[in-house]
Amino acid sequence: MPSHRRKSAEWVGILFSLPWIIGFTVFIAYPILASLYFSFCSYDAIRPPHWVGWRNYVELFTQDDVFWKSLSNTVYMIVFGLPLMLATSLGLAILLNQKVKGIALYRTLFYLPSITPVVASSILWMWILNPDIGLINIVLSRLGVAHPPGWLTDPAWAKPALILMSLWSAGGGMVIYLAALQDVPETLYEAASLDGAGAWHKFLHVTLPLISPVILFNVIIGLIGFFQYFTQAYIMTNGGPEDSTNFYALHLFNRAFLDFQMGAASAMAWILFLVTLLAALVVFKTSARWVYYAGEK
Amino acid sequence: MKRKHTTELLTHIPLIALGVCFALPFFWLISTSLKPDAQIFRIPPVWIPHPMRWSNYPRAMRYIPFALYTWNTLRICLFCVIGTTLSCSLVAYSLARLKWRWRNWIFYSLLATMLLPGQVTMIPTFIIFKWLGWIGTPLPLIIPSFFGNAFSIFLLRQFFMTLPQELSDAARMDGCSDWGIYWRILMPLSKPALATVGLFTFIGSWNDFLGPLLYLNDERTYTLSLGLQMFVGQHGAEWAMLMAASTVMTLPIVILFFFTQKTFIQGIAMTGMKG
Repeated sequence: MPSHRRKSAEWVGILFSLPWIIGFTVFIAYPILASLYFSFCSYDAIRPPHWVGWRNYVELFTQDDVFWKSLSNTVYMIVFGLPLMLATSLGLAILLNQKVKGIALYRTLFYLPSITPVVASSILWMWILNPDIGLINIVLSRLGVAHPPGWLTDPAWAKPALILMSLWSAGGGMVIYLAALQDVPETLYEAASLDGAGAWHKFLHVTLPLISPVILFNVIIGLIGFFQYFTQAYIMTNGGPEDSTNFYALHLFNRAFLDFQMGAASAMAWILFLVTLLAALVVFKTSARWVYYAGEK
Repeated sequence: MKRKHTTELLTHIPLIALGVCFALPFFWLISTSLKPDAQIFRIPPVWIPHPMRWSNYPRAMRYIPFALYTWNTLRICLFCVIGTTLSCSLVAYSLARLKWRWRNWIFYSLLATMLLPGQVTMIPTFIIFKWLGWIGTPLPLIIPSFFGNAFSIFLLRQFFMTLPQELSDAARMDGCSDWGIYWRILMPLSKPALATVGLFTFIGSWNDFLGPLLYLNDERTYTLSLGLQMFVGQHGAEWAMLMAASTVMTLPIVILFFFTQKTFIQGIAMTGMKG
């Protein structure tokens, strides 16, 4: 009887999980292996793939200049955009956690940009960033800036422009931080006050450690997001000017669906996979030093 | 007392300043969408258009088959919401409520999937759909949702874990099957979590660009995202119409958010909790 029951429990579990088991096999596991195989092939999606060994990888590293350019563009977004994004969303959350009047209104205002359709916000920001009559440069020249930047038309300013735009949608992270901030027990702050801690010390020694798991979560999510940064660049600049916004995911898409070099694009995808894993691993490893889990010694 | 007022003021000043920064793009969007052509390029800028040209809206919606694209988008959103809530809740039930041997493996596969860049699966998935003859139809955007996604399964699992185990035990005593426990007990109790997953799915599909870009090559099946992007290519300089079209695409999301704020905020908080 018990073993019979165990067996049936096994089947019920599999049955309920079936959608994911099939989905994982067809849309995740098989594609991962297939793209690994394609990455060693010359493949145009019409004729069958044809094995070429390491050639795609070698060519990417040695002959595709845009490959390195797109990788460095993406790293730029992660190095400058991600910390700014994290700081903005945390800053907004801390401001909103001060129990002032009208929180709901502010929260809505800060959050809305992050759910605005990307196509719509991209078109809007193309207009806002217009060098001659865009909102930002109008404001800047009002403030006395004689030669405001050309933003999306200037290779030096195009990436900062996109980072600025991504800060506008920092509200998604903010809501997650806010929930974590509201979970910090009031008693801890009171105890810190009794010990004579000022506002800054309380933030540093009470708030930050307690919300550090959520910071880790946002770092990982942000990292993955910037590694796959695509739509805004596709719509707003299509990689220009001078490839300054040709990001990794955009170059990969163009190699695959413009040039029909599915093999090279698959190799790029696998490199992205490994780089993402490596970056996540580094973050997780170092997180042992700065993430605090309640209930752990 | 006085001290309290100063700190409150010190919070309000940056909040108002930031609020203006965040609101200004929306204001500019709507303001531009209502401007007559002559006022768009005027310096100093016209903040509030006079007269307001409402006809920009019907004009923009005549340039592209707006009603058709809205219908195409809505149809995809609807099927995705049904598919995702149904499939993900089933899987979440097996992870949160059943003890079986492969459960942990399934769970690990979910976590690993969350770190997987979509680009890795993009090309072979495209080939699969091409082989099935589904390119140019909305099927590649709909069918995968019936096989679950890591994020939603995770969220529902977390929610199912919070419901008392006694409920299932009592039902089982009364001879209720697992299907009965899932469908008649857990699902009705999980409306908030299901609503959250449904909302995120709806907004995800509504806003999706890469999916339609890959799979929809027939203009009659375009979604709003794709239609709007084409509009940029064809009418690049007609900013008033572009802004009107963008406003119309954003409006349903804003309205949806206003009616479901609580579900939204709770749902997002729940996703952060796993950290």
